[in-house]
Amino acid sequence: MPFIPHTSSEIEAMLETIDAASIDALFDEIPKDLIAQPFAHIPDGNNEMLVDRLLQQRADQVESLQCYAGAGAYQHHIPAAVWDIAMRGEFLTAYTPYQAEASQGTLQLLYEFQTMIAKLTGMEVANASLYDGATSLAEAILMAVRVNKKRPKRILLIGSVHPYYRQVVQTIVSQQQIELVDIPVESATGVYAAEQLTAYEKTEFAAVVVQQPNFLGCLHATDTITDWAHAHDALLIACVNPMAMALCQEPGQWGDTGADIVCGDLQPLGIPLAFGGPYAGFLTARKTFARQMPGRIVGRTQDLDGKTGFCLTLQAREQHIRRSKATSNICTNQGLLVTAVTIYLSLLGDTGLRQVAQTCHQQATALLQKITAINGVQRIGDAPFFHEFAVSLPKPVDRVLTELAQRGIQGGVSLTAMDPSWPDGLLICVTETKTMDDITQYAAQLAEVLA
Amino acid sequence: MSESLIFTQGQRGRFATAQAPMPTTMETDLPQEYVRQTPLGLPEVSELQVVRHFTRLSQYNFGIDTHFYPLGSCTMKYNPRGVQHMVSKPSLLNGHPLLPAEYGQGLLQCLYELQEYIKDLAGMPGVSLIPMAGSQGELAGVAMIRAYHQSRGDHQRTEMLIPDAAHGTNPASAVMCGFTVKEIPTAADGDIDLAVLKTMVGPQTAGIMLTNPSTLGVFTRQIATVAQVIHQAGGLLYYDGANLNAILGRVRPGEMGFDVMHLNLHKTFATPHGGGGPGAGPVAVSERLKPFLPIPLVAYENGQYRWVSEGDGLPTIGRLSSFMGNVGILLRAYAYIRLLGRTGLQRVAEFATLNANYLMVRLQQVGFQLAYPKRRASHEFIISLSEEKKQFGVTAMDVAKRLLDYGFHAPTTYFPLLIPECLLIEPTETESKQELDAFVDAMCAIRQEMQTDAQLLKQAPHTMPVRRLDDVRAARELDLIWCE
Amino acid sequence: MSQVVDDLKFSQTHEWVRLGNEQTIVVGITDHAQHLLGDIVFVELPEVGAQVQAGHELAVVESVKAAADVYSPVSGEVVEINDALTDTPAVINQDPYQEGWLCKIRITDTNEVDALLSAADYKKLVSEQEEA
Repeated sequence: MPFIPHTSSEIEAMLETIDAASIDALFDEIPKDLIAQPFAHIPDGNNEMLVDRLLQQRADQVESLQCYAGAGAYQHHIPAAVWDIAMRGEFLTAYTPYQAEASQGTLQLLYEFQTMIAKLTGMEVANASLYDGATSLAEAILMAVRVNKKRPKRILLIGSVHPYYRQVVQTIVSQQQIELVDIPVESATGVYAAEQLTAYEKTEFAAVVVQQPNFLGCLHATDTITDWAHAHDALLIACVNPMAMALCQEPGQWGDTGADIVCGDLQPLGIPLAFGGPYAGFLTARKTFARQMPGRIVGRTQDLDGKTGFCLTLQAREQHIRRSKATSNICTNQGLLVTAVTIYLSLLGDTGLRQVAQTCHQQATALLQKITAINGVQRIGDAPFFHEFAVSLPKPVDRVLTELAQRGIQGGVSLTAMDPSWPDGLLICVTETKTMDDITQYAAQLAEVLA
Repeated sequence: MSESLIFTQGQRGRFATAQAPMPTTMETDLPQEYVRQTPLGLPEVSELQVVRHFTRLSQYNFGIDTHFYPLGSCTMKYNPRGVQHMVSKPSLLNGHPLLPAEYGQGLLQCLYELQEYIKDLAGMPGVSLIPMAGSQGELAGVAMIRAYHQSRGDHQRTEMLIPDAAHGTNPASAVMCGFTVKEIPTAADGDIDLAVLKTMVGPQTAGIMLTNPSTLGVFTRQIATVAQVIHQAGGLLYYDGANLNAILGRVRPGEMGFDVMHLNLHKTFATPHGGGGPGAGPVAVSERLKPFLPIPLVAYENGQYRWVSEGDGLPTIGRLSSFMGNVGILLRAYAYIRLLGRTGLQRVAEFATLNANYLMVRLQQVGFQLAYPKRRASHEFIISLSEEKKQFGVTAMDVAKRLLDYGFHAPTTYFPLLIPECLLIEPTETESKQELDAFVDAMCAIRQEMQTDAQLLKQAPHTMPVRRLDDVRAARELDLIWCE
Repeated sequence: MSQVVDDLKFSQTHEWVRLGNEQTIVVGITDHAQHLLGDIVFVELPEVGAQVQAGHELAVVESVKAAADVYSPVSGEVVEINDALTDTPAVINQDPYQEGWLCKIRITDTNEVDALLSAADYKKLVSEQEEA
């Protein structure tokens, strides 16, 4: 019996202790007519060797293309030590650290994580992570509505927020009658323009959301919008790529007083692409909002002897105590992913992470130069970018992507496939994983496909 | 034993050079106002320092791999090592979520088959794998109930009924979907109070959220009547799959009358808990809720697997994750099901129940009070230490902390809230009789200590990296990030 | 047995009321309530000027293991709050009837005060609950 250690004599002895005739007798409180027929669609079990072979066959039916797709999931080099350590049984098979004294490893690591992500985003406090980037934005919006009670439940989203994030926000916050108002980007720049805000001078918002870089990879001028939000008594929520924070101005420094809540996806920091998950979301904020944060939070404290230790704190906000009045229904964080992220950030350090970010930006800039030299290829927007940009092509993007794939390249992401309201464009991401040879090769292949 | 914070171990200018690419220049072409002007605040340490630091930290943890972990309601069963390896094939780890389906057929096939298996387990015809945790599954399920009523123009259904013993996530999820929560009391025998329930239903009832077996460790015997009462009132039944391990293959939630449920893959299907996530909380639904399932789904048509998404025009509640949920966890559950197969899965509930009942009877024999002595245990059960508190002044928390010294992770304490000074104990099917006996021995020894040296318990634990922590100080003097 | 102060009025839900001058009363939670909660770590107070109704949520008092709603014993307008509690919530544990007061309310209906429990009645209620 896979993973069940009982011998027949043990089973007998146990049943005797219980004073039951059989294992079936233990289910005698369940009404007879509820007992199910055996599974019809589940196959017979197999040993580890054969199931591994099955998974290998399936994995062989997944093609590994050279990846220039981004759009919220980014390929970066992951040092071997990251997952080697994260997969240790003591991290992998522990649960939420309710028994603090037997969970100091996880708890100290989470405290170190909170410190790193707070500093990276320039904020004062952080939680111990959320499910992913999209849900972190939804939670940030719910939190802003709780904090800014005097304002109506209305949120201004500055274009362009990732279309899937936008949909997740819709799914989650629409249940609570929160109104979402969108400002689209200007197609000439790829970012919002300050003049677009004048239409909303008289409208009250609980918060303004800015994604940085935005879905097109472009960087907004964030000082203006941050100050505008604060002048209108709205909170400023920044949804950022944490890797970009090693190069670009962090939300804590935006405008005169900085962003109020920062969220995003930790995937670029040591988490494999893995077809979209598991990833992890993060949330950082001003210290005064700590009690309105959702999810697990770790604090540093002392034990009976005055020795430093760590425990979950502010638990009275959470569903297991507050029940229907909790700040969120969220029950766990993404502990294992955060373990990997914390190891990744420690390994890269200040210098290393800056070098990764800088390399991403340089390689992306190099590719943009090479492909816009091809006849008919034009960048969409002209705002500064980090490591991702959109271009229009002289041929339908879908066809180009198919032909590139036949040459072993995932050439990017089709804008219209993500959101039908976009023009036919190709969103391309370049990270430090691509060498100059790779980039030259991509440009050559694209030129051939377009010829 | 202690390990200093990684931030205090560094030297300015040191870093793990093997890990960083070398850009041609650190000068940037970005306009100054877009460029970061402050240090990142990350540690400056060597690779060996990082490896040692986090390896040492791991050693301060209890995990299933190191200790018996009978945490009630959490199903801390063995997480097969083979499964972790099988799903870590390079093409599965490196695939971009927006890789066109035609290049990812092997992955989509696994997910499609997992959908089919879950339909079979649930006894329901529709499945979405998207929710990333049990609580997100609840949110999805409750949002579908809401969408269903609204699609029928039935806008008066504003109340969600939830037993007082339910997991805290249930009321929190219902409120996130805009419902008012009405609490149903528990009868003396641990079952739901049917008489009160009948007085609470009406045209305002959107549905009920139930765990069966309940968090009290007993099977709600009148579930068929409950379903009838709710359905007659026009409401729907939500099944919280947290305790599915107790009835896997014995009872299908769909056949008990439930309309929608979530499954906790990190409980029933042995995917690792990871120190608190990632989990996965797929939802299964009856025919009438199928159109509302969260997207994307996987379909199989004309010999090809494909994603079902916005373009398919379903009245879905929408997306719930950045891409397609926690695929890595879904693959682990898939591999686990393929290892155990149909008979292996049925044995899960049998042996989880055998272990729970054995442990319950043994603890009773050595003098502990059961919350429901006349009932069978499901896969878990509750003991109450109220008597011990009166006699010796020790609390459930003291016993929990002392268990750590004996090398056992503590059971769940102070949940459900109904039972004073309670321990909720769930041994799971993967523990041997020897391990259970050793746990009983430890509980006996602790019982002795209550009588001879209660102070020993109140000061416990004594052998952990830290002694009992001051959580009041942690909440009053918030210290959430390290500052130089 | 928890302390009960004789010249106060009490609610069934363990709030106390002290009659002040004019139509203003002081509200706090009882010694029994702070015992049940344990070490208090946070208090969420209403805003000055807020209109409150008898029996409705007035404040939230948090310990490490629980978050308890404090219900307003009377209807009226919040005219003053005990700001000191924000930094030192432990005062409620140490001195629930004096320094640990929550807020002052200008009442609209004196009958509501009359309907509250006397110290003797509240003592009876507490002793019953502590027995159980």
